[in-house]
Amino acid sequence: MKEKTNVNDIDRSLYDFRNEEDESEYFDSGLSKEIIRAISDEKNDTDWMREFRLRSLEIYQKTKMVDWGPSIEGLDVDNIVTYIRQKSRMNTDWEAVPDDIKDTFERLGIPQAERESLAGVGAQYDSELVYHNVRKEVAESGVVYTDLESAMHDERYAEMIRQHFMKLVPPTDHKFAALHGAVWSGGSFVYVPKGVCLEIPLQSYFRLNAKGAGQFEHTLIILEEGSYLHFIEGCSAPKYYEAGLHAGCVELYVGRNATLRYSTIENWSKNMYNLNTKRALVEEGGKIEWVSGSFGSHVSYLYPMSILNGRGASAEFTGITFAGEGQNLDTGAKVVHNAPDTSSYINTKSISKSGGISTFRSAVTVNKNAEGSRSAVNCESLMLDRISRSDTVPVMDIRTNKADIGHEAKIGRISDEAVFYLMSRGLDEDSAKAMIVRGFADNVSKELPLEYAMEMNNLIGLEMKGSIG
Amino acid sequence: MAHLLEIKGLSASAEKKEILHGVSLFIDGGETHVLMGPNGAGKSTLGSTIMGSPEYTVGSGSILLDGEDITELSPDKRAKKGIFLSFQSPIEIPGITLSEFLRNALEQTTGKHMKLWDFKKKLKAAMDLLDMDPSYADRDLNVGFSGGEKKKAEILQLLILQPRLAILDETDSGLDVDAVRTVSKGIDEYKKQTGGSLLVITHNTKILDALTVDKTHILADGKVAAEGGGELVEEVISSGFEKYIKKER
Repeated sequence: MKEKTNVNDIDRSLYDFRNEEDESEYFDSGLSKEIIRAISDEKNDTDWMREFRLRSLEIYQKTKMVDWGPSIEGLDVDNIVTYIRQKSRMNTDWEAVPDDIKDTFERLGIPQAERESLAGVGAQYDSELVYHNVRKEVAESGVVYTDLESAMHDERYAEMIRQHFMKLVPPTDHKFAALHGAVWSGGSFVYVPKGVCLEIPLQSYFRLNAKGAGQFEHTLIILEEGSYLHFIEGCSAPKYYEAGLHAGCVELYVGRNATLRYSTIENWSKNMYNLNTKRALVEEGGKIEWVSGSFGSHVSYLYPMSILNGRGASAEFTGITFAGEGQNLDTGAKVVHNAPDTSSYINTKSISKSGGISTFRSAVTVNKNAEGSRSAVNCESLMLDRISRSDTVPVMDIRTNKADIGHEAKIGRISDEAVFYLMSRGLDEDSAKAMIVRGFADNVSKELPLEYAMEMNNLIGLEMKGSIG
Repeated sequence: MAHLLEIKGLSASAEKKEILHGVSLFIDGGETHVLMGPNGAGKSTLGSTIMGSPEYTVGSGSILLDGEDITELSPDKRAKKGIFLSFQSPIEIPGITLSEFLRNALEQTTGKHMKLWDFKKKLKAAMDLLDMDPSYADRDLNVGFSGGEKKKAEILQLLILQPRLAILDETDSGLDVDAVRTVSKGIDEYKKQTGGSLLVITHNTKILDALTVDKTHILADGKVAAEGGGELVEEVISSGFEKYIKKER
């Protein structure tokens, strides 16, 4: 690579820098009504939101810990700082962002990416958005892209948000959804009016700097009939010994004949627990396209769900997971076919090395009313050594016989024969293996935004270096 | 002067079973050698062991290139020193195009950066010679190639990488008459362009038509059972290997 382009630096040291923290801005760790009320005060919550948070806390306290995936014993929620007050208010002027935070995002290449290839950018630092901006022409088309808190206090959107907020992912869904409902902070609100097609993407970048803290951003996107949006989210954090927690929530409403492409690159440091919930509701003829790259975190639970609620609605999920040393990444996708002639296509690749564990889970439900629906699930895993693990857990619940369902799973190890073949042409062992892994990931990396695809290729090269055991 | 390749008393085994029991032979610069023998004699084992395949373990003996012992070198280092193996069953590598792979391999073996334009020109010329459809350059390496196209792709690599010693492991097997002719044309071109040496493992003579055979080695039961000039090929074709095989009692 000649030079750094957008958000694409791969050298982990790039993510792995910390800023000075001002501990006086930390709320007490743990969870109590007092803390929740304090967050509400800080955010000047409306009454319904105050109640919503407290109710979520009750649900959280009553709900049992998730117990079906990788162990989260190392996570002590009582010791997680749920809210960190920001020293400055959200800005639309980059220059007004405090220097240390500005420097963080500069190093991550965000402002440059905004200038070069994005229609709008949001940047969250710990608990709060510090910057949000959209190009003038985008704003003029009626597109709204701002932080959820501002939108909630804007009478034009307040009711819309109230009707949609945590309706797809209710706090009763699981323990961390309840936690999210209680302490959520930051995130983005996007509204695309009828017929508006955004040619260039919007991007939100989430950075958790504080140690032993949680990030609980909420992303709410509403696409009206016939609109198009590509939304990109990126996540990173520096490495600490204390466990960090990311329990974000993404709710996507895709209107009739609208298409939403939602790309995520998650590169949390390896002390993070990434317990994220993402869900899309798709109306007649609409389409959700998920593109998901999971590279970071210590433990991940991530299975974006698509609910196909109108005739002809469709979902495509393209994902890649790379589990290295000390990582247990449980990822996959869920689809509910809840209308006739709906279709879904899930295509994932997972790679595990140096003792990493990668588990693919899928759940496809085809309801009785979903006649004429089609679903295809494809998952491939590649293990790079004998100490790494890979599993697939596909679940299908088909309630009509008028549906076309397919599933294919392949688990394999990197073949010695293939490595020898490439080496016999002059490639050293690292390069040969990296080439095989890159090839394996190719049809997924092609779907990633260019700078992320480059980042992934570099990451593979880096991870493969000296991997020979 | 040292031989280009010299194999001294080489024994090699796979999964603890010894396949080669003390093979010795040498090849000089520019020579064409033929290696024949019944199935299971160890011909492919010898070819793969010269290339450094991890599938085989060398028990005793050594492999010398220009007098330098390369027995312990990894396959990529042998490739950089000028050894090439055309695989009997080339491996499919999804997601990497033939052209991308070959350019990478060329840069690795020569240690020089090559301009994309120059590389494409070179690739195109070699593909034309082998009657390969240009679209193969952008297809994933060997993936979904027919048996014939895979073998042509091996010879294409030979033409681009221009090694000093090429081992061709049954490059002609499973090919129709026309494909064998095309492949032979490619091998002939390699000889013309580079004056390199060949070790041709084969069961028939068609692939040798355009070549002058300097020496023939008959391998049986993991040993060199006979050696001779080009005429030995004809003799084996007409009377078989029987007299070289030890009768087991």
